[in-house]
Amino acid sequence: MAVKTYDAGVKEYRDMYWTPDYVPLDTDLLACFKCTGQPGVPREEVAAAVAAESSTGTWSTVWSELLTDLEYYKGRAYRIEDVPGDSESFYAFIAYPLDLFEEGSIVNVLTSLVGNVFGFKALRHLRLEDIRFPIAYIKTCMGPPNGITVERDRLSKYGRPMLGATIKPKLGLSAKNYGRAVYECLRGGLDLTKDDENVNSQPFMRWQNRFEFVAEAIQKAEQETGERKGHYLNVTAATPEEMYERAEFAKEVGCPIIMHDFLTGGFTANTGLAKWCRKNGMLLHIHRAMHAVIDRHPKHGIHFRVLAKCLRLSGGDHLHTGTVVGKLEGDRASTLGFVDQLRESFVPEDRSRGVFFDQDWGSMPGVFAVASGGIHVWHMPALVTIFGDDSVLQFGGGTQGHPWGNAAGAAANRVALEACVKARNEGRDLEREARDIMTAAAANSPELAIAMETWKEIKFEFDTVDKLDVG
Amino acid sequence: MAFNNFEMGDYQTAQTLETFGFLPKLTQDEIHAQIAYIIAQGWTPAIEHEHPSQSTNHYWTMWKLPFFGQTDLNSVLAELEACRRKYPDHHVRLIGYDNYSQSQGSCFVVYEGRS
Repeated sequence: MAVKTYDAGVKEYRDMYWTPDYVPLDTDLLACFKCTGQPGVPREEVAAAVAAESSTGTWSTVWSELLTDLEYYKGRAYRIEDVPGDSESFYAFIAYPLDLFEEGSIVNVLTSLVGNVFGFKALRHLRLEDIRFPIAYIKTCMGPPNGITVERDRLSKYGRPMLGATIKPKLGLSAKNYGRAVYECLRGGLDLTKDDENVNSQPFMRWQNRFEFVAEAIQKAEQETGERKGHYLNVTAATPEEMYERAEFAKEVGCPIIMHDFLTGGFTANTGLAKWCRKNGMLLHIHRAMHAVIDRHPKHGIHFRVLAKCLRLSGGDHLHTGTVVGKLEGDRASTLGFVDQLRESFVPEDRSRGVFFDQDWGSMPGVFAVASGGIHVWHMPALVTIFGDDSVLQFGGGTQGHPWGNAAGAAANRVALEACVKARNEGRDLEREARDIMTAAAANSPELAIAMETWKEIKFEFDTVDKLDVG
Repeated sequence: MAFNNFEMGDYQTAQTLETFGFLPKLTQDEIHAQIAYIIAQGWTPAIEHEHPSQSTNHYWTMWKLPFFGQTDLNSVLAELEACRRKYPDHHVRLIGYDNYSQSQGSCFVVYEGRS
């Protein structure tokens, strides 16, 4: 082994961290960053700086480096690619050895990969586009507490997407009135209802009171319909202790599912809660407040496909993915790309969907994709086509805005959903024949006919801000 | 749209028994099409039945065994009929077992029992 001597001072990052001949190992964690450097800084230096600052490097050489083998521990920038249609940015591919990360800790992975480096002065922008988690690392994470297969069995929902709604108005209802809105939705045909993300435990409705009334609403709806029902009780709280207290109470009153906001609550809380859910037989719905702050800018931040992968590893049985067709941002190909990451056991590289690496998920359970936000019955054929059966379609305003109320709105959505699933199974093209399928279904459902009339004019046609990079 | 109380509908809660519970009773042709879908997916058709008073249980009683390797739609239809004749007061449901996902790719009540 060559003897190294200590040479104080500042070295160019690329001397150590730009290794274009490196062949990544199966056990390496791989990352793709979209880099936009300051003018005049060579690409190799930028890529190497990102590799260094997100792994072993610091700005100056230190003597204690010589006490370890940094060749073993360092991250390596091993490839640079042009970004199609964008001359100022480029993709840097970086390989990190497995030993840089604590087992089962998404917190640790993110703290390394998207830590200080994002504020680095040599960069104007930096975006983490994708991570390839080695299967060896995936096996150290518990992942979803239940997964798609188990949730279907627990709730007896087969052969179709599940149907949900966020209870509105999202703030200001008393617990008893809130439970009424839940009951009306569930008796009308929804499978699940949801606390809005900002419903925690406010003065107008404390959590304990809400949980009790909602539990009664679920029970009554189940008895009357003969179907299994649930409501995502939001246990997101100011401290982990309060979060667990709420989770325990949700279990005590017999609710099958609770809910958490993984970005505002944080990955430590989320991973802990997921483990609690596995142990206690509770389903876990995950909301994603704050994601657009992180993922919407096309050149800076973290793409949602990375956040979705991280959530699958941290643990959750449902994750919001956007709707493609509703009021919130979301490109179709890109959305399908990260929906695959939630549900499949292997996802091949596919640049047309923004997937930069093959990803082997091994035996990790799948996560239901949740489409929620500004959708109504007319969107149903497209939603069933885009999201398939392993999804939860959530119509908030599209259920509770029905002129006859929540139960009729729920029934309208359920009729539309089942008509679409039946037609799909018969081999019909849902998107092309949407109007015929929906009109035929409405002939047997006055609730659906009214809903179709109510929302016939509503469209959300704005261009997507964050598009996939194509030439 | 504003409705006066006379025009406003009153939605009656119904026992809906999960998937396809909100559609009109399927015709023989429609049942046929769903069986064809199950078989085309490579799933195994199976039949279960249960008295309506017990229908919220996870487990219903199996009618024979799942029809492994069955590709003849009419024989599945015949089994559904035979099950209904034997248990006229039971709900009868058709299942498509997906052995890859270890789930049921399809499951819906074909005949409702007289309760």
